Amino acid sequence: MMSYITKSPWIIHYDASSCNGCDIEVLACLTPLYDVERFGIINTGNPKHADILLITGSVNEQNKEVVQNIYSQMAEPKIVVAIGICASSGGIFRECYNVMGGVDKVIPVDVYVPGCAARPESIIDGVVKGLAILAERQSALKAGKSMARDVRQTAKAENIDESEVGLQ
Amino acid sequence: MNLTWIVLFLILAPFVGGLICGLDRIVTARMQRRVGPPILQPFFDIIKLFQKERLRINGIQGFCVLSYLVLILVTGAIFFSGGDLLLVVFALMLAHVFLVLAGETANSSYSHIGAQRELLQVMSVEPMLILYAVAFYIVSGSFTVATIIEHGILGISYIWLLPGVFLGIAYIFTIKLRKSPFDLSTSHHGHQELVKGITTEMSGPTLGMYEIAHLYEVIIILGMIGIFFAGNPLLGLCVLVLLYFLEVFVDCSTARVKWQLMVQSSWLVIGLIAFVNILALSVFG
Ligand code: SF4
Repeated sequence: MMSYITKSPWIIHYDASSCNGCDIEVLACLTPLYDVERFGIINTGNPKHADILLITGSVNEQNKEVVQNIYSQMAEPKIVVAIGICASSGGIFRECYNVMGGVDKVIPVDVYVPGCAARPESIIDGVVKGLAILAERQSALKAGKSMARDVRQTAKAENIDESEVGLQ
Repeated sequence: MNLTWIVLFLILAPFVGGLICGLDRIVTARMQRRVGPPILQPFFDIIKLFQKERLRINGIQGFCVLSYLVLILVTGAIFFSGGDLLLVVFALMLAHVFLVLAGETANSSYSHIGAQRELLQVMSVEPMLILYAVAFYIVSGSFTVATIIEHGILGISYIWLLPGVFLGIAYIFTIKLRKSPFDLSTSHHGHQELVKGITTEMSGPTLGMYEIAHLYEVIIILGMIGIFFAGNPLLGLCVLVLLYFLEVFVDCSTARVKWQLMVQSSWLVIGLIAFVNILALSVFG
């Protein structure tokens, strides 16, 4: 059976510490000009509904846990797309005393989209590249190479307060 | 005969409902000068949800959502097999009680707010549904859908006798479709306000069950509006298409209102238009 996840990839967008340049380009993808809903893409704003995590901006000591929290709340299969050079490597903020670097310092990143700011075309391209990975994960999940996990355990392992994750 | 209708409803309703929702999304997109998703998109979404990992947030939420789905199926089965209208109204309400419970079980304030707003929506809709059943009883002398349709075919023109009740049901149709301006508890769009309200903590297959229940519910409400035109199905179909188009138009051109306005305005419509309609019927009829 084919994997329908590539026909209905729902995204969640998180602004780690972007200058808003990349954010506005992510939102541009939803406008009539680019209209990513053509591909079934929906901007959900809810990690529990999302398949793709789009992160703009570098991570810092303050939002590191938020990023991990969002990631751990998403159901498998899921991928992470780092948008813009800040999210990829830290970009011009790399040297700042509070910046840890790219998003891959705290969670695994699957696709890096270059640019400052990343153009809507390349963001869509990055998401489409990610779909192939998503489909692979889906078949791995089906084959039982268990990526399924107990949320409570993940929450504990990553030292996240359970009440914040919405667990009881 | 009855069993055939139940089976037909159970099998066909999600497909028809899915196509209607797919069309709905395309028309919405066109109104916003976008291209929009393929017409089969609702099916892709639901199949995908069932292929996703099952994240259980507790032992009870999945059960509540399943009960919501099952009770919606029961509601539809009663209605489409020509059963009792009052039973339809109460089964529909019970289904929503389980949905509210599903929202309340999660330890998330977004989910709780969604659940409370769902209760407010039930509160706005329920008086109208009961009046709807009463109105058909007054006109046809029976609560049974089969008899009501029979009388309609034999010549009682419900839409002529009950225009106020029809308007009232059309008004709460927006609430039932989870469309703007009354999409308080959650929206059928991928909006983000209060994250996703009552569905915030549902994911994967649980959300899939919720979506399927919604498709069935759309068909039930369309059916309930349809029996106003029991004697003239073609006119009924045209009115349903027009009404749905109007709903999409209103959805695209209004912003979400506060809950006070939703409850007050729907009670006002019910009290002024639907109730007066029934009153006039029992005085002059
Ligand atoms: S890559 Fe450029 S535009 Fe994007 S967040 Fe960083 S500085 Fe801003």
